[in-house]
Amino acid sequence: MSDVVEKTLTALPGLFDSQTGAAKITNRLRQLVKSITELTSKHEEENLIKQELCAMKEQVSSPNTSMKQMREIMVRAMYCEMLGYDASFTYIHAIKLAQQGGVLEKRVGYLAVSLFLNEGHELLLLLVNTVLKDLQSTNLIEACMALTVVAQVFPKDMIPAVLPLVEDKLSHPKEIIRRKAVLALYKFYLIAPNQVQHIHGKFRKALSDRDPGVMASSLHIYLQLIRESPDSYKDLTGSFVTILKQVLGGKLPVDFNYHSVPAPWLQIQLLRILSLLGKEDQSTSELMYEVLDESLRRAEMNHNITYAILYECVKAVYTIHPKVELLEKAARCIGNFVLSPKINLKYLGLKALTYVVQHDAKLALQHQMTIIECLDHSDFTIKRETLELLFRITNAQNVTVIVEKMLDFLRGCNDEHTIIHLVGKVSELAEKFAPDNSWFIQTMNCVFSIGGDLLQQDVPNNFLRLLAEGSESKEEDDQLRLYAVESYLTVLKGHTSHLPQCFLQVMSWVLGEYAHLQGSVDRREVIRLLTQLLDQRSVSSETRVWILSALTKIPEGQTDLILHLAERLSSSQDTVLRQQAQELLHLSQDSQLHEWVLPRGAPWDAIEVDSSLSFLDGFVSEALAAGAAPYKPPHQRQEELCEDRALNLEPYSFSLPVSLSSCSITDRQSPTLLSVSSGLSGNSTELSQKAGSSTLILEGVKRVWGKDGYLPQKEATAPLVDEPSAAVQPPVQQEAAERTEPRPELSTRNQDKQQLASSLFVGLGVGSSVSLLGRSEAPPPRFRKKPRPHESSSSGTSEKSSGSSCRSSHHTTDIFLYGSFLEEEPATSKSAFDHTPKSTTANGLSQNKDTKEDKHANTSQIFGGDMVIVRPSTIQDKHPPSESSDLTALLPADLKDLPHSDVISLTSDPSLSLSSCRLFRDEALLLLIFISNCTETVIKDVAVQLTCEELKTASLRGNIVDCLEARSTSVCHYALLMDDPHTNVSFTGTVSYQTQPGHTNTLPFSGTLSTADFIRPLVLTTEEYGKLWLSLSHDVKQNLKLLTDAGDPLRTTLNALKDALQLHVVDIIGSEGIVACRLLSGAPCLLHCRVSGAALVMWLRSPHPALPDCILYHCQRALAHR
Amino acid sequence: MQFMLLFSRQGKLRLQKWYVPLSDKEKKKITRELVQTVLARKPKMCSFLEWRDLKIVYKRYASLYFCCAIEDQDNELITLEIIHRYVELLDKYFGSVCELDIIFNFEKAYFILDEFLLGGEAQETSKKNVLKAIEQADLLQENLDFQIRLLPAGVLSPNISSESTGLFQS
Repeated sequence: MSDVVEKTLTALPGLFDSQTGAAKITNRLRQLVKSITELTSKHEEENLIKQELCAMKEQVSSPNTSMKQMREIMVRAMYCEMLGYDASFTYIHAIKLAQQGGVLEKRVGYLAVSLFLNEGHELLLLLVNTVLKDLQSTNLIEACMALTVVAQVFPKDMIPAVLPLVEDKLSHPKEIIRRKAVLALYKFYLIAPNQVQHIHGKFRKALSDRDPGVMASSLHIYLQLIRESPDSYKDLTGSFVTILKQVLGGKLPVDFNYHSVPAPWLQIQLLRILSLLGKEDQSTSELMYEVLDESLRRAEMNHNITYAILYECVKAVYTIHPKVELLEKAARCIGNFVLSPKINLKYLGLKALTYVVQHDAKLALQHQMTIIECLDHSDFTIKRETLELLFRITNAQNVTVIVEKMLDFLRGCNDEHTIIHLVGKVSELAEKFAPDNSWFIQTMNCVFSIGGDLLQQDVPNNFLRLLAEGSESKEEDDQLRLYAVESYLTVLKGHTSHLPQCFLQVMSWVLGEYAHLQGSVDRREVIRLLTQLLDQRSVSSETRVWILSALTKIPEGQTDLILHLAERLSSSQDTVLRQQAQELLHLSQDSQLHEWVLPRGAPWDAIEVDSSLSFLDGFVSEALAAGAAPYKPPHQRQEELCEDRALNLEPYSFSLPVSLSSCSITDRQSPTLLSVSSGLSGNSTELSQKAGSSTLILEGVKRVWGKDGYLPQKEATAPLVDEPSAAVQPPVQQEAAERTEPRPELSTRNQDKQQLASSLFVGLGVGSSVSLLGRSEAPPPRFRKKPRPHESSSSGTSEKSSGSSCRSSHHTTDIFLYGSFLEEEPATSKSAFDHTPKSTTANGLSQNKDTKEDKHANTSQIFGGDMVIVRPSTIQDKHPPSESSDLTALLPADLKDLPHSDVISLTSDPSLSLSSCRLFRDEALLLLIFISNCTETVIKDVAVQLTCEELKTASLRGNIVDCLEARSTSVCHYALLMDDPHTNVSFTGTVSYQTQPGHTNTLPFSGTLSTADFIRPLVLTTEEYGKLWLSLSHDVKQNLKLLTDAGDPLRTTLNALKDALQLHVVDIIGSEGIVACRLLSGAPCLLHCRVSGAALVMWLRSPHPALPDCILYHCQRALAHR
Repeated sequence: MQFMLLFSRQGKLRLQKWYVPLSDKEKKKITRELVQTVLARKPKMCSFLEWRDLKIVYKRYASLYFCCAIEDQDNELITLEIIHRYVELLDKYFGSVCELDIIFNFEKAYFILDEFLLGGEAQETSKKNVLKAIEQADLLQENLDFQIRLLPAGVLSPNISSESTGLFQS
């Protein structure tokens, strides 16, 4: 006992010293910091650090260095790294320190690891064991440190190793451990959501933790989860509302207060979650109105933190299903923000306005004077946010003023990201709302010269596409093009060396294509200007290619200039230029060839892509005939190496007919869209082009910007073009500039502002707010940014646009479809899969069609909708719909002969029973849904709604029926298209109906369709197959099971496949067979099968990259199930 | 939150915490750009800054700038309060904190930050609780040191003994 006392006593001085001991540790660091501050130059600092690092390197590798010293070294290493020097040699020692040190060292070691290493760093693997050990430690501090490091950096692949331990910590008695564990799980969820999928139950446990801190941490996870799929968590709305109520009611411990506001972080998190849950969901929104109201009311104190909550609350109010009372209160709050003298709050006010203006444009009107002031604010951030706000309220009336403001700002801006961002917006506005040609071209000129080469490539691409594709009226297009040509000539006559490459490229392309429209301009002048550009040193070689292409397109007649140019360039260093010069030379000498290669005024959509390079077939076959080895794709070469077989010739190469004479300049016509090449490249690809999957079909595409903005002003634009169009400011712009010009007197300045306000906020009044709202339904950027024109436009703002968009998106099939189902209505938008039934209109339309319908279904009676109601002639027994064979008898007469599947029962409830049947039409899959009334009463207002993201509805019929007689069945048709192959797609849907008035029932159903349903045989001859085979690119090869049970194995296997997948067996020669199919009337897929030993080697080719894989999958399945 | 930087009026980095994985080169580039941009702003300007696709929230305390990068949908004002709370924590821990405290005890500043924010999210917002956690860790170390001194020398594991001898010698 006395020993212990003695030892304690001797230890005491040391204990008191521990403070100085800690101080000593930092001494070396202190020294280092001091000596650095004494230095005068960066160079001296570098030298000093270099010395320091060398000394450290020596120390860490010495075996005598104690852990304590190591800790001190680590601190210095962190310091050096912070100064920007590389101390990577210490990384491994940081891990060692965390592994071997005592608690004090461990702490520094873990800190160093979290500062030094990224998630992906390989050294982190060495930390896993240490973390595992510390997680299991009974020492609270060690466990805390381990969790802290796990929540910051942890290798993704090693998550499964620690996950059980972290999960266990969720039931740890200490809340700090539970909290850290929850945050670690949050981190895991962020970096590898799949790994924690199975423990969603644990998240719920954390949410209901008795400690508010742990619960608050779990909200991070829930925010993320709800952001991804709000629908799955609607049931938690009540809980979140209750939590928020408790927080607002001051039920939390005082510890959670921040400047006497209860748990602001928690409040904000909850408000965010609620706004996500209530978005577009009235019933959920209703649950939260009360608590949001209270939240708005409570936040009265004038402190930043209450404003933070208010801001979040306002956002929530405007996100969820609207409630007038709340909106008014929120609008008042925004007013407080905007009018606040504090600049931070003003900024947030603007931000809130930007968000809100989409819902309620009038709010911007209320604050117009503040907005005008902010527009001239000295702070860049405020200005930019104001422009963002103006962008949202732009319409056809104020576009010139707003765009001018944006361009002004851009001219004074030198931040790349801002420029790219804003320039994109300007071009978007210009395309949408341009009042006339000259303004549009002028604005785009500004966009190109300001944005320059920072521009996203799609800005010039879209612009050129717009010029090229044109609209319905050729005359009007030509006027626009003409104006562009004139404007560019003026620009080129000026100083050109500062112009960005992208602008030069745009100009040269336009001049090449459309210079001929300008009758008065001397061709020589155009050629001279373009040639001049070629000589400029600042012009990049890519731009030179564009310029030369333009020169090639300018028609014959100026041979002397061209010859001179071609001759000069034929000695160029650049091979591409040299080749182009050669082409130029040939074309200029042979006008017939010129006309053939570059047809003047050829319709834009006639140009087709030949990605398979089939125009080289002739060359290839000649080479083959001359004894060259046939081309083999890499996988085949590899296989041959493996098998070491004798040389195997390509199966069809000898039967290849020479397809077309060579034509090497075909793809020179337009460098703008790289994929667009001339359509001259031969018939061998005709088949694939008809299929239209790999080609860019521009036919029937509408000019996008025409719809919303530019086209309606047709009449106004026409006279303007005749003006002498030299690149001067158009009058509108001048006017605007005058208006905004600052004046000395205060009163006039105010007047000025008033005037600016009236020009900025024009069209935002009560009358026009409707159109503004209409616009917000179809956000403009998405409308325009569609990569392919024929996929674009789902806006549905005008009937005309939606109709045409539909036509263009289905393009190949719909003419046929509408032709055959004549009473059908075209699906009205691209996302037409979910047809919200509107019974009134459907009725109105259907009345007229009854007579037509009669012809088809003379055995059936016609009721309200397009629906065919079939009354069974004999009285059925108690369970009528279960006899599915009966239902096939209900197939409409015109469809009876089609191949179809069995009728499958989908679902049923006491009143209705649903079954489905698939009918394989050539150009679509018909999904028939039989709705049978199992009751003895009439069922009213039956509406079917079907959704499937992967498929398109080409047409539908009979999805609404007003009344379904007792014990009768009605049939609803969906014609479905699959554009992109998916192995399996599932569809879901609901049937809503009323058994008694005012009481709507819904019956959900779902089912799956496979690619096999969308595959149709492709009938062609062996010769055609050979041609097509060579023109296709994407190929896949796989060994399949060979069915050897009966007769000829190849034949048996192919027949089995044919039955399962509707393939067409083209030919069987010896041990090889060729089979063809297509995806509806779309992409073909060719299969080449060869028996090799006990396996069937299948080689698939298709223009569609994903199709072979899908087909292969189904082939495998078909053979496996035999 | 994506990252947090502390730097002086002279543009010297004092603390950096990255919550997103970035390469060293990117980190340096971002730091350089941001320090420049923020230092160039006038005192009356607002504390927010749109930068690349992020939003920068910064605030100056005496000679130190505290600067956080958040995503677009995050709340700027609450981020300002996060900065403020962190400064309060430092102040309480060091006792009227100054830049020098952070320079010489930067690892402590990191410990406090890690206890306050974890993985870029507020972990514990109560001043009392954060400091309690830090003090416990500090205290436990001292206790451990104390226990070690009480143990007979023979039982000590090698690396612990080296530390304790160091303490005893001093």
